[in-house]
Amino acid sequence: VTGGAGGNGESGAGGNGLGWSKSEMMIVASARQLAGGGVCFVGIGLPNIVCNLAKRTVAPQLDLVYESGVFGASPKRLPLSIGDPTLVSGSTAVCSMFELFAFYLQAGLVDVGFLGAAQIDRFGNINTTVIGDYAKPKVRLPGSGGACEIAINAKRVFVIMRQGRRSFVEKLDFRTSPGHSGDPERDRRRGWWGSGPTVVVTDLAEYRFDEATGEMTLARLHPGVSPDEVRENMAWEPKVAADLAETPPPTDEELRLIREELDPQGVRS
Amino acid sequence: MSKVATMKDAVADLVRDGDTVAIEGFTHLICFAAGHEIIRQKKRDLTLCRMTPDVIYDQMIGAGVAKKLVFSWLGNPGVGSLHAIRRRVENADPAPLEIEEYSHFGMVCRYVAGASNLPFFPIRSYYESDIPKVNPRIVPITSPYDGTEVYVVPPLNPDVAIVHAQRADVNGNAQIWGLLGCQKEAAFAAKRVVVVCEEVVDESVVRADPNRTVIPGLIVDAVVEEPFGCHPSYAQGYYDRDNRFYMDWEARSKDPEPLAAWLKEWVFGLESHRDYVEKMGAEHWDSLRPGEAPSGQVNYGEYA
Repeated sequence: VTGGAGGNGESGAGGNGLGWSKSEMMIVASARQLAGGGVCFVGIGLPNIVCNLAKRTVAPQLDLVYESGVFGASPKRLPLSIGDPTLVSGSTAVCSMFELFAFYLQAGLVDVGFLGAAQIDRFGNINTTVIGDYAKPKVRLPGSGGACEIAINAKRVFVIMRQGRRSFVEKLDFRTSPGHSGDPERDRRRGWWGSGPTVVVTDLAEYRFDEATGEMTLARLHPGVSPDEVRENMAWEPKVAADLAETPPPTDEELRLIREELDPQGVRS
Repeated sequence: MSKVATMKDAVADLVRDGDTVAIEGFTHLICFAAGHEIIRQKKRDLTLCRMTPDVIYDQMIGAGVAKKLVFSWLGNPGVGSLHAIRRRVENADPAPLEIEEYSHFGMVCRYVAGASNLPFFPIRSYYESDIPKVNPRIVPITSPYDGTEVYVVPPLNPDVAIVHAQRADVNGNAQIWGLLGCQKEAAFAAKRVVVVCEEVVDESVVRADPNRTVIPGLIVDAVVEEPFGCHPSYAQGYYDRDNRFYMDWEARSKDPEPLAAWLKEWVFGLESHRDYVEKMGAEHWDSLRPGEAPSGQVNYGEYA
C-alpha cells in the first residue's frame, strides 16, 4: 500500500506509523458521514471512492447520482472519470444532463452533494476556478462544472479536501460555489436549498459549521494529529468545538475495501 | 437521399474558418476523429464550445484551430490538467485564447435555449458566485410571477454540431445509448449537423426501436461512418474508454514539443481515421472490447 496524503505537498507525506495513510483516514471519515443513505451526488476523484465505500459499509441503500446522467449507479469497478461506462451498465436510470440537473438536482431530490476545493474559506465558500487574477491567472483550475449548482441545490453539502495554508485561506482568489455568508439568519432567507457546507473532512480533521455564526468549527481530530498541526495547516485561527473528539480509526474492513476493491491502483494518494 | 459522406468531405463542406463549433459528448461519444480532421484541414479562428473541453480540445487548441473557448469544466477527467489550453490562458503561449465560462447546468441550458428558439433560459444557480462577475452574459432577473430571483443564460446556436452515435441510417437518424450528455440539445441548436457513427445501419433497424433515436435525420446534413471514431473516449457496448491514453496525455501536453510530435505522428502524418485505427493495432482494440450485456427487449406491438 502506498501511504501518503501529500497531494499538494502541504500536509506532510504519508506514513504516520498508524497503519493507514492520511488519505485513507480522510476517505473513511467521509464515507461514514453518509450513514443512513439517501440520494448522493457523486463528484470526480476522492468523492467517487468515498461514496462507493459508503455503499459497501454504512449505507448500502445509498442512491448514487452522477452528473453525467446516471441515477442509481452500481459500478463494478472504480471509475476513473464520472462518465465511465461501468456507471451505465446495471444502473437504475440513464437520463440527459438537462434532466439530471433540472429534475433531480434543481428540484431538490439530492440529499447530499460532495464537493472538492482548491481553496476554502472559514465560511465554506469554495474556489475551483483560478489561483491569482481571473484575467491573468497564475494557475487556471477546472472551474465550476456542476459544483456551483450542487452547492446551491443539494440539501446538504459535504466537502472533502486536503488541508494546508494554501488551501484553507483567509480570502478566496475566486468564489466559484457559495457557502455560508457569516449571517445564518440571512442564509435561511436566501431561498435555496444549499445553505453552505455542513461538514468538511480533511486529511487531518473534521469540521462542522457553527449554527450561530456559520463558521467552520474543528469537531474531530484524526488519530495522531495534534491541534497545533491543524493550526499550522490553515490560514486562520479555527474555532474549536467544546466537545472536540478523536475520529475513530479506520477498521480493517474499511481499509481492505479501499486497498483491494475500490482503489487498488492508488488514485487516493 | 443518402447523406453518407467521408469525414474529409463532411469537414471540408460543413466546417468553415471562423465558425462556432460544438463537438459534444460527456466523456462518452466524444468524436476525436472529427477533431483530428479539423486539425488536418488546418481550420482557423474557430470558437470551440463544449461542456468539458477534454483532451480533444486540448489537441485542437494546441494545434491552433481556435481563437475562443466556451466551456464549463476545463480538465482531464480523473487525471489533471489540459496543458495546451492552460498555456494559452495563463501565458498567452503561443497566442491568447479568449474564454467564456459557465457552470455545467448553465451550458446545458444554453443549448436548450438555442434548440428551443428562446431568448434565454432561467436557472437556480450562480447565486453569490463570482462566475457572473467574470461573464456578464449570465444575468439575474426577477420572476414576474413570484418575485423570485433567477439567473438567465443566453442561447447557444453553434454553426456546426458534430455528434457521435453508436448507429445511424443513411438519412442521419441516429441512435444512442449509454450517457446522453447534451448531444441532442446541441444538435437541435446548431445550424448544421454532422452525425458520425460506429456503423451505418438499415433504416429498418432504426424503425424497430424508435425510442432510441436521439437525433432525427431531419436536422442532419451529413452521416460519416467512422468505427472507433471516439478513441480515447468510448462508445458504450463497442469499446471502453482508453484511460491509459488519458493518463499519458498529461506528459504529452505538458510541454509544446511532445504535443507537436504527437500531432505530427497521429494526425498530420495520417490520411484519415482509418489509418489511425490501423496504426493503433488490432491488439489495442481487442484490449478495449467490453464483455456482453445486452438489453432486454420490449414489445412495441403490431397495430396494423
